[in-house]
Amino acid sequence: MGHKAIQYAQFALIAIVVMTWTLTPIYHLLVVSLTPVQDSFAGKLWPDRPTLDNYVTVLTQGDYYLTNFWRQMANSIFAAIMTCALVLFIAVLASYVIGRMRVRFGGVVSNLALLTYLIPAAFLAIPFYQVMGVYQLLDSIWAMILAVTTFTAPYAIWVLRQYGDSVPRELDEAAKIDGATPLQILYMVYIPLITPAMIAIGSFALLHAWNEYLYAFLLLNDETRMTVPIALGYYASDDDSPWPVVMAMGLIYSLPPALLYYSVRKYMASGLTSGGVKS
Amino acid sequence: MAHVTSSRPDVYTPSGPSLEVTWGLIFLIPYIVVFALFVIYPIGYGVYLGADPAGYRHVFNDPIYYRTAVNTVVFLLLAVNLKMVLALALSGFFAMPHWWVRVLGVLFLLPWVIPHVPSIMSIRWMLNSEWGMINNILWDMFGVIGPAWLVDVKLAFGGVIAVHIWKYLPFWTMIFVTGRMAIAPAYYEAAAIDGAGGFAMFRYITWPMLRNLFITSMLLSIIWSLGDFNSVYLLTGGGPIDRTNTFATLGIRYSFQQGNFEAGVATVITALPFLVPLVVILIKRLNARVDH
Repeated sequence: MGHKAIQYAQFALIAIVVMTWTLTPIYHLLVVSLTPVQDSFAGKLWPDRPTLDNYVTVLTQGDYYLTNFWRQMANSIFAAIMTCALVLFIAVLASYVIGRMRVRFGGVVSNLALLTYLIPAAFLAIPFYQVMGVYQLLDSIWAMILAVTTFTAPYAIWVLRQYGDSVPRELDEAAKIDGATPLQILYMVYIPLITPAMIAIGSFALLHAWNEYLYAFLLLNDETRMTVPIALGYYASDDDSPWPVVMAMGLIYSLPPALLYYSVRKYMASGLTSGGVKS
Repeated sequence: MAHVTSSRPDVYTPSGPSLEVTWGLIFLIPYIVVFALFVIYPIGYGVYLGADPAGYRHVFNDPIYYRTAVNTVVFLLLAVNLKMVLALALSGFFAMPHWWVRVLGVLFLLPWVIPHVPSIMSIRWMLNSEWGMINNILWDMFGVIGPAWLVDVKLAFGGVIAVHIWKYLPFWTMIFVTGRMAIAPAYYEAAAIDGAGGFAMFRYITWPMLRNLFITSMLLSIIWSLGDFNSVYLLTGGGPIDRTNTFATLGIRYSFQQGNFEAGVATVITALPFLVPLVVILIKRLNARVDH
């Protein structure tokens, strides 16, 4: 009895410390976003006069830096959806060849993908920028979409391939005996079987494109062409910016990924991690 | 030629394997195109830029470069080790089968899910020495004047490390939770009957089962942490006076703030002797995991 109580007290202590650490910056984001602009410098645990005015300012584009807010939001949505579609298209096809078809070059491609997965993205940014210049893609949203696709597709191939290993091959063989072509096996057998992992990896690509900072920051300069995180970065680095409005903008932008994550949480946990670092 | 081939029907094989190869190649085209255009070509371009000795002369004559090299080593040693050990320990907590632990686990992942820019901006503002929430609370509750968090070099770099851990600890904890879930409960039950305590269970069951996953994760984390641009750039911008850069931000700074792409690439290339062996080991390890 006493032993149990001590154990629960320990757990409670761990929980309090970990949650304070985890949630403080997010709580702070919320608190500042609810603070009236003239009270920005109060640094309070809870604002004296909480207000939603800052959210209204963001949603009505009511500040100089917010002139293109909805346009940038549309860019973010477009980039996320296109990245997701491209990553899935590339990775489903490649993982099918590598994991399911008995062809010799599959292993080589698999290693190339693995290599890309292991390059720190920040290290390739400098020549990547130059190459995008050569392709005339600077300041086009496609430059960013392709950048995120380049770095997400290898991971997607890896996860889908591992997941594919866990579904029985007999189905492929049976379909083959019935005269199905590889293309038919792909969309009638393979894709239905790996759908849970596709949901996980599709969400991962969406999150990645939505949250991307470095490549979007380097490749997109025009205010009407950039995604929200870049605009937010510029807004925040101007000393005259009203911080409560900046934080409201940040919180608005954080909601979609949080909602997406929680709605596909089960798929992500099984698809991404047991698929193995990611292991 | 075609005539000769068709006159030897005995060599002709039915379409089975070649059909497979044709489709295989077609299916790989999208990835190969992406790989060639956006990985091979940039790497080639990087090698070309990196062949210019002027870039190396520039970085080796810049005291900031040496400062950055030390920072990068400290960052990898402190941030990666702290993060991974904490993740391993916390995974024990989050693997417990209580409903309230699951609820906390959901909240715990928020830092990993929400975008870098708003969350790190929030931390930056929180640490503001005059108007930030932390120093305000220190003053209101204890009458202490808090330090100038982001102006003092050591504290600012500590802040960078804290931001990195805050952001990525949840992800690695989740990885180790999954690893722990895969251990059959029967081992623990048997050990409990034998009277093993919590530490003995970790020492003789959990650790041997998780060791491989832990080492692979550690290596991956080193590589990715080496490329962590956001934790540095968004918190301190590499400052004060360029003292908190790591290789990830210094290369970008040379290239895009000073317009010296050769120096930027040279910075990255000088990190390769450290990076390449890690990549080779990891490719072997990851492939070995797939094969068995």
